[in-house]
Amino acid sequence: MRRTALLAAAFLLAPALAACGGDDEGTTLNVYAAASLTATFEEVAEVFEQEHDGVDVELNFSGSSDLVTAIQEGADADVFASADLPNMDKITTDGLEAGDPVDFATNTLQIVVPPGNPAGVTGFADLAGADVKLVVCAPEVPCGAATQKVSENTGITLSPVSEEQSVTDVLGKVTSGEADAGLVYVTDVIAAGEAVEGIEFPEAAEVVNTYPIVVLADSEEGDLAQEFVDLVLGEAGQGVLGDAGFAPAP
Amino acid sequence: MVTARARPTGLPGWVFVPAALGAVFVLLPLVAIVARVDWANFVPLITSDSSRAALWLSLRTSAVSTVLCVLLGVPMAVVLARTEFRGQGVLRSLVLLPLVLPPVVGGLALLYTFGRRGLLGETFSAWGIEIAFSSTAVVMAQTFVSMPFLVVSLEGALRTAGQRYEVVAATLGAGPSTVFRRVTLPLVLPGLLSGAVLAFARALGEFGATVTFAGSLQGTTQTLPSLIYQERVTDPDAAVALALVLVVVAVVVIGLARQGRGSTR
Repeated sequence: MRRTALLAAAFLLAPALAACGGDDEGTTLNVYAAASLTATFEEVAEVFEQEHDGVDVELNFSGSSDLVTAIQEGADADVFASADLPNMDKITTDGLEAGDPVDFATNTLQIVVPPGNPAGVTGFADLAGADVKLVVCAPEVPCGAATQKVSENTGITLSPVSEEQSVTDVLGKVTSGEADAGLVYVTDVIAAGEAVEGIEFPEAAEVVNTYPIVVLADSEEGDLAQEFVDLVLGEAGQGVLGDAGFAPAP
Repeated sequence: MVTARARPTGLPGWVFVPAALGAVFVLLPLVAIVARVDWANFVPLITSDSSRAALWLSLRTSAVSTVLCVLLGVPMAVVLARTEFRGQGVLRSLVLLPLVLPPVVGGLALLYTFGRRGLLGETFSAWGIEIAFSSTAVVMAQTFVSMPFLVVSLEGALRTAGQRYEVVAATLGAGPSTVFRRVTLPLVLPGLLSGAVLAFARALGEFGATVTFAGSLQGTTQTLPSLIYQERVTDPDAAVALALVLVVVAVVVIGLARQGRGSTR
């Protein structure tokens, strides 16, 4: 009986112990990046691993505010790339950064419609039409804040049928054809490919979303983390971001 | 005290260690939620416009979906418990599938069935019925995930109750409908009630299928769980306060369900 209990305990503890001992060989760099950077940062990380033998880049993608919460709660992060400035400000307010954050890309909103544009949307003003089922991000999340700002700038009041928690949710509703139109970032439209059509609108240019990146103070691999940031800011990183539709930071 | 009472049943002593660990594992996170609540602002946080709208919507849609679960689930449980046919085992597993499916998958499945471009969507559109982004969609998502809870508990109750009384009633000349109404249902009423309460609790907590299928808009499709998910980003205090409300409601509801089950014995 006692042996069974011990065995059970060993089983329960084994994974935890294994996780502790896993860092013996090589170095791990933990990069926390906004979900919208997923495809680009995976590519950048691959380049980084090729350039640095024995270094393993662990990428953690999520909403910027979720990542900030994790870092504030003591997550083991070396680099943080945010999808907007307010979330980076939370990090600097708490003094969790090593050095100043650097802006590395910008993103703007675009209208997204299902293939064939069934509702015949041509510009931002069309989105206010009663016959257009519009889906946007909730004002609480960055893409929703940007949407609200465009709405304020233009004086056009939107009445969406749903306010989603993330860009991905908005895209999902449009690709499935449930919604006639949505507001997402240019990069999301490019990433979605054939599943959607993007419609540019001039009013978007006034609401530019800036992505900052920073090395975190608690990082045990500060130099390596800085090299990763340099790669993102350098030609290779900027090339990858440009291909995905991000514009360079001013 | 616990050991003293348990000893006569012959439970090995070591069993209490993992049992206590398990209990701590489940209870500690609840304690952590209570510890994080900003009590000074608790009432304003849970009575804001969006909170009240979400709570009211959640209660309303969960009630409707519970009624639907009863209307559709009771016959399903009866058929599963009282008949035998080829493929019944497979059918039972399929009916119970929403219990184990990730809710997001349930939401997608509903979307591909009732969505505008779904299997039945075009027919519905032709009739002028638009399900997407409506409270109806919320009810459907909740019903989809909570129905198995009712079917499972009721089927269990039906099997435990056995068929003796039904057979007697039938030999005394009662028709099948009368037997069902006057004998079967009263016999398993406690099981039915606890199943309905569980289904209600599950509907109240439904999130994944709802956001996938119904979206989120205050007053129409934003249920309490989706509001909590949203507030966690900008207003963690509000999220925690609302989470506590949901926990309390769930505890009360589960307590009711257990009481219902207790009286069967």
